[in-house]
Formats: sequence, C-alpha cells, structure tokens
Amino acid sequence: MSVDTATVAKIASLARIKVTEAEIGAMVPELNGILAWVEQLGEVDVTGVEPMTAVIPNTQRLRDDVVNADPLTGGDMRDAVLANAPAPEHGFFGVPKVIE
Amino acid sequence: MTDLTNFGIAALRDGVAKGDFTATEVATAFNAAVEAAQPALNAFIVTTPEKALEAAAKVDADRAAGKSLGTMAGVPIGMKDLFATKGTQTTAASKILEGFTPQYESTVSQKLWDAGAGMLGKLNLDQFAMGSSNETSAFGNVISPWRRPNDTAPLAPGGSSGGSSSAVAARIAPAATGTDTGGSIRQPAAFTGISGIKPTYGRCSRWGVVAFASSLDQAGAMAHDVTDCAIMLEAMAGFDPKDSTSLNLPVPEWTAGLNADMRGKKIGIPREYRLDGMDADVAKSWDDGIAWLKDAGAEIVEISLPHTKYALPTYYIIAPAEASSNLARYDGVRYGLRDLPDGAGLQDMYAATRAAGFGPEVKRRIMIGTYVLSAGFYDAYYTQAQKVRTLIARDFTQAFQQVDVILVPTAPSSAFALGEKSADPLEMYLNDVFSVPASLAGLPAMSVPAGLDRNGLPLGLQVIGKAFDEQGVLNASLAIEQRAPKIPSPPKWW
Repeated sequence: MSVDTATVAKIASLARIKVTEAEIGAMVPELNGILAWVEQLGEVDVTGVEPMTAVIPNTQRLRDDVVNADPLTGGDMRDAVLANAPAPEHGFFGVPKVIE
Repeated sequence: MTDLTNFGIAALRDGVAKGDFTATEVATAFNAAVEAAQPALNAFIVTTPEKALEAAAKVDADRAAGKSLGTMAGVPIGMKDLFATKGTQTTAASKILEGFTPQYESTVSQKLWDAGAGMLGKLNLDQFAMGSSNETSAFGNVISPWRRPNDTAPLAPGGSSGGSSSAVAARIAPAATGTDTGGSIRQPAAFTGISGIKPTYGRCSRWGVVAFASSLDQAGAMAHDVTDCAIMLEAMAGFDPKDSTSLNLPVPEWTAGLNADMRGKKIGIPREYRLDGMDADVAKSWDDGIAWLKDAGAEIVEISLPHTKYALPTYYIIAPAEASSNLARYDGVRYGLRDLPDGAGLQDMYAATRAAGFGPEVKRRIMIGTYVLSAGFYDAYYTQAQKVRTLIARDFTQAFQQVDVILVPTAPSSAFALGEKSADPLEMYLNDVFSVPASLAGLPAMSVPAGLDRNGLPLGLQVIGKAFDEQGVLNASLAIEQRAPKIPSPPKWW
C-alpha cells in the first residue's frame, strides 16, 4: 500500500497537524519509503498467533474507592492543574469560541 | 586534591561518607565542569547548579548530624529532560513544551533525590525521545566528547539519551538517567564508551515520564561502570501504584548480588544477529566478548531467534502508533505552546499549535502512527505488528529455556558524524537493529564498553536477560567489563 498527496493530507488532518502543500510533497516519498519497508511483516505467518497486549504479564489493579486515595492525583488541585495552561480563564481552560 | 569529576557513583558516595571530601565540594566541581563544557557539548537544556548544591548541603548536614546516608548520597546527576521535575522546566526537547514547569515530581527522579542524589540539570535528548543521534532536539544537537583521530568533525553521542551519554562520557556528570524505548539508553552508552542498563519493562515507574510509546518506554541508569549502574538502578526501581504497568515486586539487591563468576552459566549467541556485511570491528568485538565470557567460565551456546529481522519494522509500526495516541494530548489548551491564528477556531488552533510545536521527526512518526491506526489499515499494519511482536517475544522465551543470558553487539557501528544519517529516516532507524528486539520483548538489557574500533571510537556489547533477571545481565556485563580493554576518557578538547 502506498500513500498519495490526498492521503497524506487526510492523515495530517486526522492527526491535527497543519501542513503546507510543500510539506505534503516532501512527506509522500518519505512515508512511502517507510511503509514499503514495514510491509515485509506481511510475509510472516501469524496463523493462530494472538496480538500482544501486555509484554510482561501483570494484573490490573484498582485504587481504593475513596476520595483522594492519592492526594497528588486526586481532587482539589485546580490551580496546579491550570498552572501551565496557556490561557486559563476564571478557573477554567480557555479555548477559542466554538460555535458550529 | 584529585579531580573529583573523574569519580563515579560508588567512589563519590563512599568518599563523602568517609569524609575524604564533602558533597558540596563534589557538587561544586561538577557544576564547574558542566558550565565549562556546556557551550561545546550542549548536553544540558537547563542547568541547575543551585539544586546540586542544595542536595549536597543536605547530605553534608546529615553526615555532620550522624544521620544515615542514602545509596546515592553526595552524587550529583544529570536528569534526562523527559522526567517531570517539580519547579524545573521539562520539555522533552520539544518547542511544544518549552516553558512547561511541572507541578509534581516524577517517581523515578523523586526516588533518586530521596537516595541523596542532587540534580546538575536537565539533559538534552532527541525530541520526545524519537531519534538515534540527538539531532531531533529543538534545543540544538548534543556533541559527543569523542572525536576521530586528527578530525574535529562533531560526532553523534547516540540517541535518544544523547545528553546523558555525552555528559557521563565527558565526566561532567558521574551518572545520568536515561529512558529506553527501542535502544535509547544502550546505543548512546555504546557510542560514548559508558555503561547503561534498561531494566525489565515495569521495574521503573513511568509516572511523570513524558510518554513516547507506553508499552516500550522504560527508565534506566547510565554511568561509568556496571557497579554504578547497579547502585543507581536500585535507587530508581520499585513498585509505584500511580503507574498501571508498574511491577509489584521487591527491588532485588543488585549491587550486593554482583558476581562476575560465569561458571555454570550459558551464554546464547543468536545466529540471526550476524548480519551480512557486518562491520568488521563490531564482529571482532562480539568475538572478543564471547572469549571473555568463556574465560569467566561460561559455556557458549549458539541459539536462534528466527523473527529477529522483523523486529525493526514491527517497532516502527507499534512505537509510532502509540506515539500518535500519546502525543494527542499536546493541544494548546492544557499546557505548553498555543498557536492561535487570528479568527481561528478550536480545530485550527490544534493544527496550528501542533504544526508549530512538533519537529519534523515527531510529525513523521505521528503521521505514520495515525495512518497505521486508521480505519481500513489497522489490521494490516497494527494488528499484524502486534502478532509479530508476540512471535519475537516467544523466540526469546524459547531461547531462555537453553541459556541464561544472550550476548550481541549493541549497535551496528561506532558513532557516526552529525548529519551523516539524518537525511534518510530509514537509514537512521536501522541503527536500532540490535537493540529493538529486547525492547519489544520487555527484557532487561545492558550495554557495556568492549574497547575501541579502528577509528579509536568506543564499541559496546549488549547483554540481554530473562524478564526480571537484571542480576544475570549485570553479572555477565561485569565479567565483560573486567576483561575488556579499559576505555580512557576522551581527551578534553572543550
């Protein structure tokens, strides 16, 4: 499978990365080179093989079902959470107006 | 007084504990070395001499008060700028995080500070740890302290932990943290003649580490020698409930368990790693390593890891796929850069912010990842890669029924010059050919210096162990270290 300019433009849009026509032009052969190379995986017989989900067997844990089980990742951290926001407003993250 | 910057972790810690010198003297010496080297090597994105001095003062005060000292007490280290450090800018070497000041400390860095280490600064790296030469950083290339004879061309320190490797090799930091997704600790260690270990996936908490590919990312230690790596890894590792993939296992006493006696041990030599056209010096160093381990009493066993050739293409599907998902968080809303063109809506802001903030290699990998996860291609690329990953891990499981550890080269060549491979992404990716398989299988692996090649540049050997058997990896590495020619420090030209 290979990509053309329309596909690259579509991928960029899905990835939310603004690209110029020139950048798309440069990316087409680069991405095609990489995709052609990874396509050799198609020759591997994977009949009956499960896709890997966990590289080291581990059990999933649940944290204690209490408020602020871990204070650092619990609540009441509004100001710390907003400290690095580029445009916080009134205790919220600020974004441009969204009117569809 | 001897130059304190020549010492590694054990010597500094023990010297401070005995009173041969103070932690403040150590921090002062390294701060000066960092400052002097920074214009030439660019190993750090920010330096924090005050943090190193502050930690040292506490160690000196604790010692004066007769308190017990930690295992890293009095050792100032470099912190890869992928670890969130409270109050100190953390960027992942990307413009998109420039100015980001974490409100919390990563688990691994906190453990190191708790053990008495201090911070010299935040080390440069490939942007979001994507690269093998440290040329993708938004804060400039890192230069290796190594040079070819009679040649001043700047060489790559390896990547992505290039600031870490350059700083330790140049003796401006006695040790540094690294992270390894496909070889980012081991390849830079090999390129600069130092030691570096990536533990079993899950040993070190990923909490507070900027994510690249979450099923592969592991923190580890980079230092002068095997013993220093053992000390530092012991301080970094341990269960963390804040990381869902953290291993709930006690941390073994790796340092106390060090033992270079290889009698009764079987070393696997996988035939698939002997590539056609392999660099003659790399091939010779591998043969040397085999001879050294035999000399230490080990039995050498030829093994097969049949899916080795598929590891790299598998990695370059899985890692970008995970990266495209992880890096979706950089949206110009919650932290980091925001680019809001006049009159732009929310979607335009996302796209403009990400276009301005991510470097070309990061964009390339996000694009690949987005493509292989997109409707219609998911099964052909991503599911297929996850199945092949199962086979690669199975190869190792089967091999480890016959052998205790596996010995292979760390990288296909010694350090290359900056610019030599950056034009072609594929050629750069091929540099990880020997390091990626162990990453895909989540196994502990270490690079240890194996001597110099024909250009006088360091080569590394890689020891890969069973899951959870960091001790076996450290021990075989120690046996190599005791027999390999001692690599001198690179001549100081900066």
